[in-house]
Amino acid sequence: MNTKNKEMQEDIELLLPWHAAGTLSRRDAERVERALANDNELASRYELVREELGEAIRLNESLGAPSARAMQSLFAKIDAEPVRTPRTSFNVAAWFTGFVSSFQPRTLAYAAGAAAIAILLQAGFLANFVMQDSQGGPTLASHGTPQNGTGAYVLIRFNPQASVSDISTFLAEHKASIAGGPAAGSGLFRLKVAEKPVGQAELGAIVKRMQGNPVVGFTVPAAQ
Amino acid sequence: MQVLFARHHVRVYRFTLRLVRNEATAEDLISEVFLDVWRQAGKFEGRAAVSTWLLAIARFKALSVLRRKPEQELDDETAEAIEDTSDNPEVALQKKEKGAILRKCMDALSAEHREIIDLVYYHEKSVEEVAEIVGIPEATVKTRMFYARKKLAELLKAQGIERGWP
Repeated sequence: MNTKNKEMQEDIELLLPWHAAGTLSRRDAERVERALANDNELASRYELVREELGEAIRLNESLGAPSARAMQSLFAKIDAEPVRTPRTSFNVAAWFTGFVSSFQPRTLAYAAGAAAIAILLQAGFLANFVMQDSQGGPTLASHGTPQNGTGAYVLIRFNPQASVSDISTFLAEHKASIAGGPAAGSGLFRLKVAEKPVGQAELGAIVKRMQGNPVVGFTVPAAQ
Repeated sequence: MQVLFARHHVRVYRFTLRLVRNEATAEDLISEVFLDVWRQAGKFEGRAAVSTWLLAIARFKALSVLRRKPEQELDDETAEAIEDTSDNPEVALQKKEKGAILRKCMDALSAEHREIIDLVYYHEKSVEEVAEIVGIPEATVKTRMFYARKKLAELLKAQGIERGWP
């Protein structure tokens, strides 16, 4: 029995990186969550994994993007390809069907979550616009609030299992608002957590408080 | 193709760049990757996510380029990645924050370990997807990730950062 428990513990430990990245199945994620709740040592090792995750993202994001040369080269090569006959032509409908059906439930959950947040944001912007309009009458667009005002920001990835309601509650609890995102591919949002810039220590404390919330998959301070 | 390229090219580029460590080579490779995709679009069976398929092609092409590189060049690059260890651990700690050291150590990992760290942490690939991209069994994916993290801990220790694991 002890041997079996040890094997299970080792298996859970191997899964920690995928749990931190949010790519485990719901069943495995629940197993890891239960183990983390009952094992302080494992929980402290999980913190190391989250630290690695954050730095791996920073490292990759710092690599920049390819120049336009890559795209020009690609389309020049495509133009130089022999013309295809209808029989071998690319079937867009079939490809699109395959493309959509290839998404995993988690990816679809991300997409649905992002769409829901986008709708929520639009509703918020519209409500804000209507309220401002009703209070102050017609205004020129150039007189509006600047889009990139000062403040304190964090980068955040929400847990794929979190609902829109959970995220709304979380934002209200932390007096935070979504200032940007999700970043293409990474699903990272930019959250405004304070109206004025704050010190690194205070921002670190805010991040730590946020990390304790199950809605949050991953968060780090953003450049101010 | 333009939409597909716009959606995925940055991530494919970063994955390739981390393998070949040369921006011009990485740019050449991504145009080759997407050209292959354009040629083989009809063969895509939808069993895997598009990004997984793209990364698998990119990996194959990057490894082909690395195999063609002279040994000397590879050695130089490895040395470059782990240079600047002349400072003793205390000075290194004073000079750089822990995160920067962690990133530097990640960069100094072997190509095999860098690859799996990036696929899991940055490209958010599941165990099954990593197995498909790298072409190894799922159990090996888990243990390779474990050993990559263990090696990272050793490199950090050499830089004066003791994490208490493993």
